[in-house]
Formats: sequence, structure tokens, C-alpha cells
Amino acid sequence: MAEPMGFYTDTTVCIGCKACEVACKEWNQLPSTNGGVNTMSGDSYDNTRRLDGIHWRHVKFIEQFSEDRTGGRWLLMSDVCKHCVQAGCLEVCPTGAIIRTEFDTVVIQSNTCNGCRDCIAACPFGVIDINPVSNTAQKCTLCYDRLQGGLEPACSKACPTKSIQFGTVKELRERAQRRVDQLHEVGEKRAYLYGADEKMLGGLNSFYLLVDKPETYGLPPDPKLPSRQLVPGTVATVLGAIMVGLAGIFSFRNRGSGEPAGATEDTPA
Amino acid sequence: MEQSDCVVVMGSNMAENHPVAFRWPMKAKVDHGAKLIHVDPRFTRTSAVADIYAPVRAGSDIAFLGGVIRYVLESERWNTDPFFRTWVSTYTNAATIIGDGFADTEDADGVFSGLMDYTGGVPEWPYNGFARQYNNESWQYAATQAGDQGRVAATAQSGETPGRHSGTQQPGSGRPDGPPYEPLVRSLLKPPPQRDATLQNPRCVFQLVKRHFSRYTPEMVEQTTGCPRETFLRVAETILANSGADRTTSFAYAVAWTQHTNGPQIIGCCALLQLLLGNFGRPGGGIMALRGHASIQGSTDVPTLYHSIHGYMAHPTALKRHETLRDYLAAETVPTGYWGNTPKFMVSYLKSMYGDAATAENDFGYAWHPKIFGDHSHMPMFVAMNDGKVRGMLCIGQNPATSLNAKLERAGLRKLEWLVVKDNWIHETAHFWKTAPEVVSGEVSPRDIQTEVFFFPAAQVAETEGTFTNTQRMLQWHFKAAEAPGECRTDVWFTYQLGKRLKALYSGSQAPRDQGFKNLTFDYEHENPQERQRGEPDARRILKEINGFYSADPAKHVAGFGELKDDGSTTCASWIYSGVFPAPDRNLAARRQPDPPGQPGAHLNWGFAWPANRRLLYNRASADPSGKPWSERKKWVWWDGAKWTGYDVPDFAPTKSPDASPTPGGIGLDALSGTDAFIMKADGVGWLYVPTGLVDGPLPTQYEPAESPVRNPLYKQQASPVLKYWKRDANPLAPVADPAFPYVITTYRLTEHYLSGAMSRWLPWLSELMPDVFVEISPELAAEKGIANLDWVRVTSPRSQIRAKALVTRRMRPLQVGGKTIHQVGMPWHWGYEGLVTGDVVNELTPLVGDPNVTIHQGKAFVCNIERA
Repeated sequence: MAEPMGFYTDTTVCIGCKACEVACKEWNQLPSTNGGVNTMSGDSYDNTRRLDGIHWRHVKFIEQFSEDRTGGRWLLMSDVCKHCVQAGCLEVCPTGAIIRTEFDTVVIQSNTCNGCRDCIAACPFGVIDINPVSNTAQKCTLCYDRLQGGLEPACSKACPTKSIQFGTVKELRERAQRRVDQLHEVGEKRAYLYGADEKMLGGLNSFYLLVDKPETYGLPPDPKLPSRQLVPGTVATVLGAIMVGLAGIFSFRNRGSGEPAGATEDTPA
Repeated sequence: MEQSDCVVVMGSNMAENHPVAFRWPMKAKVDHGAKLIHVDPRFTRTSAVADIYAPVRAGSDIAFLGGVIRYVLESERWNTDPFFRTWVSTYTNAATIIGDGFADTEDADGVFSGLMDYTGGVPEWPYNGFARQYNNESWQYAATQAGDQGRVAATAQSGETPGRHSGTQQPGSGRPDGPPYEPLVRSLLKPPPQRDATLQNPRCVFQLVKRHFSRYTPEMVEQTTGCPRETFLRVAETILANSGADRTTSFAYAVAWTQHTNGPQIIGCCALLQLLLGNFGRPGGGIMALRGHASIQGSTDVPTLYHSIHGYMAHPTALKRHETLRDYLAAETVPTGYWGNTPKFMVSYLKSMYGDAATAENDFGYAWHPKIFGDHSHMPMFVAMNDGKVRGMLCIGQNPATSLNAKLERAGLRKLEWLVVKDNWIHETAHFWKTAPEVVSGEVSPRDIQTEVFFFPAAQVAETEGTFTNTQRMLQWHFKAAEAPGECRTDVWFTYQLGKRLKALYSGSQAPRDQGFKNLTFDYEHENPQERQRGEPDARRILKEINGFYSADPAKHVAGFGELKDDGSTTCASWIYSGVFPAPDRNLAARRQPDPPGQPGAHLNWGFAWPANRRLLYNRASADPSGKPWSERKKWVWWDGAKWTGYDVPDFAPTKSPDASPTPGGIGLDALSGTDAFIMKADGVGWLYVPTGLVDGPLPTQYEPAESPVRNPLYKQQASPVLKYWKRDANPLAPVADPAFPYVITTYRLTEHYLSGAMSRWLPWLSELMPDVFVEISPELAAEKGIANLDWVRVTSPRSQIRAKALVTRRMRPLQVGGKTIHQVGMPWHWGYEGLVTGDVVNELTPLVGDPNVTIHQGKAFVCNIERA
């Protein structure tokens, strides 16, 4: 396998130009909301709202201003599939349509996707959705076709400020850490990397430099794989079953022993 | 900007409107911790990544910049660091003495000496828009006269009259003729201006500047601009701290500085500040004029403007003494400095127009050249159109139906006999007769519109080849990537075919006025047979004519403008571009070789920057008076003992030593010394004080916009006393502080769309990003007016009213101005009644008022009211 490739998104230099959104759509020939005749959302400059089957890149606009405007911020962030090392979507896909490529990226093959939507529920980041044109689940492929042709992905190529950087995950992590150190030095102590190590789903091959808590950017602070939910899930199910059983037993016992009282209660006074 | 230590973006929303160029400030920020400052009425995507955001009231820029100037001049650092004193006294006109007759705005409550009623223009063209004008004779350097230091702004010609040409003598009369024109240029020489190198004389420029800005205190800045005092002081401190021998600050501005009734003065105020800080001609310094379109710079260099011809030479006009070529040269040539070469540039230009027909005997065809006779720019033309004075219009790459005071412009279109629209889509102008609001409402019936409309589908940029000139004056060749579909044709195809047909039409005419057409050289046939069959001209042949060649041997290109002659032996359309195509096989605009990473350099092998491939203008100033770099960190061009050398092409006489004195009686560069870095200036120095060239004053002064909710806090004079205004029933202005229109409105662009939307609202990928016209308002104003986010609101100006959705955001903030709360609202103006996504035309609201120098409108600051719809 080639070296793992990914994105490092430095949100502190993002200018919210949406060139990534448009470059992605142009390369991947994705349709637009209602053929372009969209409706303004009223939520800052965000009118495409979220990642889905026809928006594989999405720029978030988070306005943080106090009433007196001191210390106001407008956080801008280009969101995309995280290409998790432990990918929930890949895990749940029943048809094997979702593959891990030689670049260690996660790609949905449209011709083998049956549109079952399991991956949509399995993604802790809400990245995947159905593309109404193909009726299959779709998301960022990290421009698999471009990578195979030796080109960088369309979005990072179009990014004018190097907010989106493409490269080997190893090199990107080093570069990102240097940027965090630099920001700490000049007093931006809030800067940290999200998903740049193995602790989060084995590592996000598309990771972020953020300056506020993940929830501010609509990211889960502690994303989990569907399978990791299995043990606690199973336990809960078993416990739940026991509880239901016990409740039933008690309830039947109650029914048997306390029917007159119950009847009394049911009688309008 | 990559080398700046501090970048001030003011009068621009650079991140949103120039995102590609914005990579450089961001690189400076990330690579070496440069500070980024954004001064703007709105908190935008530029503010989002800035280190300091300073809110200001739209139209108060000079108060803010003037405050920084005062802060700098009063600071200990500026007065003790020898860099500033040396740079300013050597490289600017700080020491020059101004004549006794000059009265400053401080003396005359907001007006300069020389204000008078407008007497210019010709009766045939009553559309110049002036009410008053200045006689600038009292503004001149002591013992020199108007015009001695430079031409009167070419753009201000509409204010000129035959009796008030530059210079008080009769140019032409009694002067030597040419070619050679050197004796004529020599006859124009004047004694040099008086100086006081100690800068103590109360009438020297330095003292006048100091006094002029003495009232621009931090308190006054806060009172006028609404910017909190502490924020203003942080900005001023950061700029000063990042200027000096070892550090440089740059400014970036765009149309938010130009679109005012005093735009050139705002830019001039910034130039004054940057001159005081020594931030010119040095890496990471300067003022970046961000141009809005790929080749807007190109369209002023090889102009589509009415008032100038190629290479920033004045357009021949009926309003000046321009009767003969000798008259023109006598009026327009500044004998000292590089413009002393004007006759060479002009004669070579005339040769490019009329080829072999242009001879010394017939003044090189000068008499065939069209002359202007007034202000023929956008606003006066549409006013004239309303009066039925314009019969037809070619509308290419413009959408005036959505332009200033849009209803008035559309009324003008209805008076045309014919209209040609060449564009990508059937946009608002093409359908002004069908879907405009007044047609839909029934106010106007298409039946009553006689205008015949022709539509030509346009080819796209990638479907043609040619050059782009970007904002740093760099020409880059672009190649054709695809064939245009169907009948779509390039703009150059259209112009070429039209010209050929017109030439054929006039070929039999004996009328004197048609001789220009008959003699015009217009041969750009393509060498590729397929292109020739399509009628496409050869862009290389056009570039060759722009670059220049030897008239007797057209295969031999000129290597640069230094080879141009005033005798007709050279042909060159635009002298500033000369050198881009120095040999038939060397198109330097097509070069794509960057410098190796990590090495200092100017990327001289990437494209071609005019003039002469220089990347930084006036770069002699990057060295100290003795020719040594000011510092290792800011090294750029220096004297090596025998010649000027460095990373860039030196902008100086190549072997003139730093201690050289001017040649007595010399013309051109010979008249300048070894420290006169500003070689295009008659006196070789940067101008803190502008004696000639601007029609509205030699020093920048805070005036209110033509419409404002506040009285001018600084002067009795409310707005520019010489602004342009076209008084019409359909173009009313609100009086000062009109309670009917209490809010400041500013209009702008978004990243997602382009201009009127004619290039973006038809594209689904862009339309979905910003589908609806909206107005940005603060929650405070929203609460006051009972408006909720996404409500439909009605925005009203004295001209018209429109509907838009409210976007309530804390990025907009009320400001305290003179003890009063001022609300500002903002509207992007990308929408219209055609296209995939539509919306009301924001420019229905804009007034027809203009700057007196360049006649740009004031779209950045006027007044409105806002109510729930």
C-alpha cells in the first residue's frame, strides 16, 4: 500500500470562500440543491447547511460575538469526510461497496452500493447521505480518481490560503503540530488538533486544527464506531430485557394481587 | 505582501473579493507572523482572519488615516529613529516650499484657496456634473506655476477649458516644432522649486502637512469614525511598530476606497502616510490597488477608458490646447523626470494607429485622432442618454440595467435606437424592455420602446488566447483550452470584425473626419487557417503592436521603451508594455519559471511586469541615499559601486551614482539627482503634498459622503465642494441628517457571486451558495424596527425602494458618532430580474454622484431607511 494520504485543515486560515465546495462539485460533477434555486438559510453565510450526498465539502460559519462585540470571532471551517482509520461506514456496509483504498482512504463504490443507508447511520460525523441522482450513498472520495492519476484532490488544489492541505498523513501531522506550537507561542492557546492521533477512531486521515471545542464546530468530542457500541449495547439490551421481564413479573404480580385497588383507581371519583 | 510585517486591509474585503491574492497576506501571517489589520464598516471574512478588526463608519476613511498620520508625526519613535527623517527628507517633497497664496482647509473651514464656480465644458456637452471647481494656481510650489510639476489629472479634463490649460503660457505658440522634439521639451524647462532641507520653514510641505492633520486626534477619530479610541490606537501603534529600516507595512485597498466622492483623496491620504513611514519602493511596503477582474489593470494600461490613451497618456481633447501635435506635446510633456520622453511615446503610438500614413509632414496623423469634449464616463453618458443624446450602445461585459440608480439607467436604454449586448446570457440589460420592474408593473409598455436589441453570444476566457494583466502589473499569457460552442465569439473577434466592416464602409469617404478610419492600421489576420476562417484575429500580432517594432522593418521588435524614437522610426501602441515581446520568438508573458524556494528574489522569469519587468516601482528607495540597503532584511536594490543591482530590475538610471547631481539644463532623467527615486515625478520625489494632478485639493481632508446622517465633525464644509452631481428629478439626494433616511448603507460583493451576477447567477453551483438578495443588519437595529432574521424588509433611499431578506448578525454593529448612535446596513448587489436565482436590484437605491477626478460613483456610503415589508 502507498503511504496513507489525507487532509490537514487549518481552520485559522480558512476564509470561507467555498472554493473547495465548488471545486469538489465541478470535479465530481455533483448536482446542486434544487438545481441551484436554493433558499437562504439565515444562518450566517451557510446556505448548503451540511455534508450530504451532493455536498462532499461543506464550509461552516460560526459567529461568536458577545453583545458588546468584545472578542468577537467568526469561525470558518471546511468540513469533509474524515477517512477514519477505523471507519464505521465500511464496517456496516452489507454489500462491500465501501472499500479502503491503497491510499488508506475510504471510498464508496457507487456500482455496488444498494442504497441501504446503513453507512449513513454508522458515520459518527454525519458525512454520508444519498445522492438523489444515483440513489446511492455518497461522500468525499478524497478524489480517488485524481490520486490515481497523480493529482491532488480538487478542494485542496483550489484552496487559496492553504487552509486545506493534502499530503501524507505523517507529514501533515508534523506540519500541523508545528502550526499549533506557533499559535501557542503567539498567544492562541486554544489551538489544538482534532483527530490527528490514533486515539480517535485509530486516527482521522482528514484531521483539523481547531480553536474551540469540537461541539462548536458540530463535531463529536468522542466519536465511536458502531461496533464499539456493541458491548455496552449488548449489555444494555440484556439488562433491558431483564428489566422488562422483571417488570412484567412484578406487574403481573401486582395485577394479581392488587386488582381491586387498581379498579378503584380507574373509577372516576 | 508576502514580505510584509504588517498588512492593513482598508477599503477592501480582500479575503472575499480577492481570495486568490489573499494567499499572500495569509502566507506572511503563517510564515513569519505578520500582523493583519482590517478596517471596515462590517466584520467580514477578512476580519475573521485579522489580528485586529477596527470598525468604522462608511465614508470616514480620511479621518481614520489622518489620525494615523498625526499619531506617527507626534510619536517619539518617528521623531527619533533616523530612518524616517532621512527617508522623508530625501525621497519626498517634505522640504519643498509652497507659495504664499495657498490657504489650507484649516484656514478656510474646509475649502482650499481657489474655489470658484464651474466655468468649463462646452455647450454641446452639459453633462460634466461639476457645480464648482478649483483654480489650483495658489497650490503650487513657490516660484513655479501650475503644470510645472506635472500634468493636470488626465481624468479631470472635463473640468478643463481652453483658457485654463496646464501652464499659464500658450503651449505651442512660439515653441520649436519637431521631430526631433527635444528642443520643444527643453523649452518647457522651469527653475527648480525652493526647498528647506531642515523642514522648519512654516510654508514647507512637512510643516503644512503637520498642521493640516493637527486636529485629527484619537478623540476626533473616535468621534468621527465611531472606531473605539483604544482600537484605533492599537492599529496606529502596530503600523508604526512595523515600519522602519528593518520592517515594512503594506496597505491593500479596492473599490471601497474608490467608490466615494473623494476616493482618490482617500488613496492619496494612505500614500501620504506610507511616504512618511518610508514604505514605498521597498519589499513588503506599498499600497496594493486590488483590481476586481482578471484584466482590469490591462484595461487601464491599454485603455477602455474614455479619458486616456495607451500608457497613461492624456486623450487628445477639445477642452485643452491640443490643436496640433506640437500643442499636445507642449501641454502634456513634463520636461523633467521620465515623462520628458512623452514625445517618443506619443509619436510611436500614432505610428501604431496610422502606420505608413503617419508621417512627420502630417503630424503623424494627429489630426485624425478623435478628441473628447467632456466627461464621457458611465454616469454622464447615461444622463445624456436620458436626454436622447446617445443613439446606440455596444454593451460588452457590462450590465447597466442593474447599475447606478438603475431605473434611471434603464430609462436611458429606452431612448436608444439600438443596443448591442454581447454576453454569456440574456441578462437584465438584454431584457430591459421585457422583464424590468417598470415593465412588469405596467408603468412602461414594451410597445412604446423602440430600441432595437442585438444579442451576440460571447466566448469564455478559456476559449481564447491572449494576455491578462493582474493587479501587480504582471502580464501573463493564457492559452486556449477549448473551442467556443456554436456562434459564440470572443470579444476581440467582435471588435476586429466590426472595425474591418467600418473601415470598408468609410473607404470611399472624402470627409475629413473619416480619414482616421481610412488610415487606421487594422491587420491582425491569424496565421492559423482555421482561426482565420472563423475571423479570429491573432492575439500575438496585437501584442506585437503593443510591444512595438521598427517601422521600416516590422519583423524587428523593439526590446523595450528605451528604444522608442520621436521621429516615426518606431511603432509602439503602449510604451509601458514595451519589452513584453522583444523578439518574434520571445513572448515573455508566457514565461512560467519561479525563483527557487528559500532564495530572495522577485521571480523575474515569471510573466512580465510593466514597466521593463520591474516588480517593485521606485525601488531605488529600498536603498539609503548612499545606495546601501536600509537593512539586510529589507534588501532589494542597491548600488554596487558602478551600477544599480539587486533582486529586481532597478527603477533608476542604471549607472547614475547615488551622489550624482542633476545635469544643469537637463531634461528627462538628466534633470534628476542620484537620490531622486521617484523618477516619474517632475521633481523626482514622492508627493506628500500634491500641487497638481488632483482637482479637489493638494491635501486629503475629511468630507462627509454626498448623503450622510451626520454633520461633518471637522469643518463647516459638509461634503467635497467640487463633487459631481447630476441634478435630475429621478436622482434626488437626501439632505444632511434627514430623519426619513437615518441609516448609512454600504453596498458590496460576496465571494459567491460576481458583480451584477451576470457571470454567476446562471450557475447552479454558485447560485445555491447565495440564492437570495439580503440586507445585513445588527440585532440592535432589528430590535428597534421589529425585524426578525429572514423577514422580508423594504429598503428605501431617496431614489427608490427594494425588497430583501434580513440577515440579522452581530457582525454588524451600531457606532457612536458625535454622541449619536449610527446604524449601518449592508447589501450585496449581485441580484437582478433574470437568471437562475433572482432578486431586487440593489443599485436602484444608489445616487448618481461622483468624484471630481475620476467620476466614479459613491456606492459605498449613502443613506436609507429600512422597514418590515
